[in-house]
Amino acid sequence: MNSLMVISLLLGAFSAMVPIVLTSVGAVVSERAGVVNIGYEGILMLSAFFGAIFAEIFSSGWMGLLGGAITGLFLGAIHGFITVYLKGDHVIPGIGINLIGYGGVAFGIMAYWGTAGQHQVPEYAQIQPLWMDTFGDSLSPLVPITIAIAVVVWWFLFKTPLGLRIRSVGENPEAADALGINVERYRFGAVLFASALSGIAGAYLSVDWLGTVTKQIAAGRGFIALANMVFSGWNPLMAVIGGFIFGFFDNLSFYIQTNPWLAGKVPWQFVATLPYLVTLIVVAGIIGKARPPKWDGRPYKRE
Amino acid sequence: MSFLESIKDYLRPFTESVLAILIGAFIGALIMHLSGYSATNAYVSLIKGAFFGLSNFAETLSKSTPLMLTALTFAVGARTGLFNIGAEGTVYFGAIAAVALTQFLPNPLVGILAAMTLGAAWALPAALLKVYRGVHEVISTIMLNWIAFWIVNWLSLSILYNPKDPNSTLPVPPSARLPLIVPNTSLSLGFVLAVLTSVAIFILMWYTRTGFELRASGYNSLAAKYGGINPKRSAIWSFVLGGITAGLAGAVLVMGRPPGYAITQGMANIYGYGFDGIGVALVGRNHPLGIIFAAILFGALNAGTTAMQQTGVPLEMVKIVEGIIIVAVAVPGLLNLVEKPFRALGGEQK
Repeated sequence: MNSLMVISLLLGAFSAMVPIVLTSVGAVVSERAGVVNIGYEGILMLSAFFGAIFAEIFSSGWMGLLGGAITGLFLGAIHGFITVYLKGDHVIPGIGINLIGYGGVAFGIMAYWGTAGQHQVPEYAQIQPLWMDTFGDSLSPLVPITIAIAVVVWWFLFKTPLGLRIRSVGENPEAADALGINVERYRFGAVLFASALSGIAGAYLSVDWLGTVTKQIAAGRGFIALANMVFSGWNPLMAVIGGFIFGFFDNLSFYIQTNPWLAGKVPWQFVATLPYLVTLIVVAGIIGKARPPKWDGRPYKRE
Repeated sequence: MSFLESIKDYLRPFTESVLAILIGAFIGALIMHLSGYSATNAYVSLIKGAFFGLSNFAETLSKSTPLMLTALTFAVGARTGLFNIGAEGTVYFGAIAAVALTQFLPNPLVGILAAMTLGAAWALPAALLKVYRGVHEVISTIMLNWIAFWIVNWLSLSILYNPKDPNSTLPVPPSARLPLIVPNTSLSLGFVLAVLTSVAIFILMWYTRTGFELRASGYNSLAAKYGGINPKRSAIWSFVLGGITAGLAGAVLVMGRPPGYAITQGMANIYGYGFDGIGVALVGRNHPLGIIFAAILFGALNAGTTAMQQTGVPLEMVKIVEGIIIVAVAVPGLLNLVEKPFRALGGEQK
């Protein structure tokens, strides 16, 4: 293994890290405010689809990200309305949104582009990389942006009064309410923020990293992001480190599948299980230390 | 409790489920309309394709069979206070176990027992992680579903592949297949097995001590503990029971569905039943008897897609409708929300 391959693997890991970290950071904010959402997979799917449409209409990958964010906001509003205002269950809407995502993207590719299962996003609608080596490995501008977002969210969550209020509605909404904090508004806002970030992550899949919309474009990343959130101990900075590890394995399995001199020696399906296996092991090992916010996933009803 | 009151207890969740289904169908129609398809044509062909004619209706019941069993997995979990969404991966293992073991012992009972055993075994990691490491079952079962997918994918392609047909695994031998109930259709004895399993789970959950312990743990684990019930034991039982029914779902998919009786390429014919079962369970209100009807409804949605597709609507439309139904089911007090404006219209004072 030479240095070029190391660079290629690292760049790949950075690319793979972006959607996981963006979604995890959003999920951290949402759960810190006390709202669980397992519908990120569906949000990634649908925002990858609508993001690509936006990007093609406006001939700009960046507009694609905006389209993804809007899609995320819309889906987040549904989830937030059910969980925060109607005090519904936090897990079930996500299951529905994931199904809508799987069905919606496959349906949408057919209905909008008229192709079955896959659509290539044209070059003019993609985000141009910051840097590219001779083998086509590239660094997306979204990589530094993602890391910056994670740092800002960490600072915001732990160092500002607004962040303290968000954490208080997830930790002890009764006390927050008594202090005059509008629990519902903060929770709803946190859900919207999380869904918008996840929407950007989804659009990144189609208008930047993969450059295509497929039926299975999210490929479980919405769920890996949730595992990474637990791994991070609900801390955006740790989510970057975790996201890099998950991204590395995600990329490694793909690398081994496609590399002729490795394929056949290792069953690639085993490598494909690695990110999930690592997730399980990490989550099982770390959970003793990681503690979810106290009112995570519990509806708050004023007495 | 009077008889009327108990009817009322059932009527409300039933009405809410029906309402959720109508909402799903309506929004689905809207999406089709906006995408330039004829919703009326689509639904008419879907209903015809699902219910009109013996072979169509047989296909509906055949499609409902695995869904009923995976819905039971979710429902048993939910009644125990667990979000067990691991049926999907367990179905894969059930199917591969049935294919593998029947190669050596070509008997239906062998296939079914192998599938249920491996299903129960595959449920254990999530159960143990939950009980001993506090890992939330939503996270662990999602990861285990993917791990199962790739392991069974490898087993299908590298170990149990069919040398005569690159598109499938070795088929279940004829003597190990579940007999068809209606000749020349896809309806096998598997459907009867699934209905019997639903009834058995109903009796187990509501009329036995173990079932009471499981439900008590789900209703209020602290109170259950105080009452001398071990919630850890309940959690493990709940996962194992769920693993058994999901494993059986995998078995009926390969042993009871003509013509292939094998796992096809990319596991296409055994994929998705675990996820769809969650929706079935929710619409069936996590009640084994409600699940029988909800499974037939979802079976009809799946069976009718072929006919619907002929009107030009992509078959995934059905998934969107199912997703919307689930989101609607998640809205608490759905009935109240709809009732209120009607009451206001009627001028009723309350």
